Amino acid sequence: MSWWSKLTEALSGLQAGRVTLDYPARPRPLPKRFRGRPIFKAEQCIGCAGCANNCPAREILVFDVCQEVRILKYLGRRCTYCGRCADLCPEKAITMSQTADLATDRIADIQQHLELFMSTCQRCGRCFTEPSPIEQLKLKGYRFDDLGNERWIYRSQAVLGRNDAVDDIPLELD
Amino acid sequence: MLQNLCQKMFRRSLWVYHANSGGCNGCDIEVLNVLTPYYDVERFGIKLVASPRHADVMLCQGPAMRSTAQALRRAYEAMPSPKLVFAVGSCAGGGGLWYDTYSVLGPVETVIPVHYYIPGCPPRPEAILYGVALALGLVDKQVAATRIGHAAFPVPRYHPEDLRPEGGLAIYQRQEKI
Ligand code: SF4
Ligand code: SF4
Ligand code: SF4
Repeated sequence: MSWWSKLTEALSGLQAGRVTLDYPARPRPLPKRFRGRPIFKAEQCIGCAGCANNCPAREILVFDVCQEVRILKYLGRRCTYCGRCADLCPEKAITMSQTADLATDRIADIQQHLELFMSTCQRCGRCFTEPSPIEQLKLKGYRFDDLGNERWIYRSQAVLGRNDAVDDIPLELD
Repeated sequence: MLQNLCQKMFRRSLWVYHANSGGCNGCDIEVLNVLTPYYDVERFGIKLVASPRHADVMLCQGPAMRSTAQALRRAYEAMPSPKLVFAVGSCAGGGGLWYDTYSVLGPVETVIPVHYYIPGCPPRPEAILYGVALALGLVDKQVAATRIGHAAFPVPRYHPEDLRPEGGLAIYQRQEKI
């Protein structure tokens, strides 16, 4: 009998209760294995730039202001929260946070900017021969990224101009 | 200020258009997840519509690509004012993993103005809900840019000019200016 099955269905629907989360009003615990954004601890970081050279999104920028001060800038905007930086950091200076509530109206809000002191040899320096300028270019970790425009500095000139790329596929506009 | 404007302009239901300009569909799935009874964004009056001409809000996923940038721009221009754009995910917010390949122009903000960013790859449904609640003024922003450094440089720089002889010893006086 169809009306009976409809009735039982309605009754079971009434018994089901409510599943909707009351989310922004009440916080919801995230699963333990959830990876939020990486949090840098400046006091533990030695400035080895391992995270910057292995970030798949290439979004940790390094800039050596002078021999003693290195800037490490985490942009946050294209981070995929993969946790690779936290895995390989030799000093465990990066922890993946446990929060997902990162929404913002300014993308600069999720940036982290570290100013690191790079200790240099205080003595004769004979143990460390300084690389020549050509060798410095080849060294990984020796970088002068463009902090203002938030991108890696490449030595190749083979990049498309932005406007060429926008207009090269003409679309009919009404 | 943006939030006040949002509350004034969008006091009633928001109709959402969901534009994917070249993402991997991870963010699409999460946006659809937000519309399920479990997260139920419709309790804020938010409804998914199929055409940008009906929408108040555009949820962008995926970077601006060479092949879709013009179409994205057209969709944005077709939306009636006032309009809001959310960049969902790290592709829309920053260009994603492939931000520097030949086919990717960059974040969607290179093509259309973006008002809110929801980082994540993909963002959890809670994060998207949080972004919506932020725009509606229900919650406060939790993140702020941090600028941290070594509190005091641990080793004084070696300045031979600061050494002075005193009774057969060489005394080093710490520099103030580092
Ligand atoms: S979590 Fe992954 S993408 Fe994000 S900064 Fe670390 S290595 Fe890069
Ligand atoms: S890998 Fe760790 S120690 Fe090395 S620069 Fe990154 S945060 Fe600092
Ligand atoms: S942000 Fe991540 S999940 Fe979303 S479209 Fe891009 S790659 Fe896919």
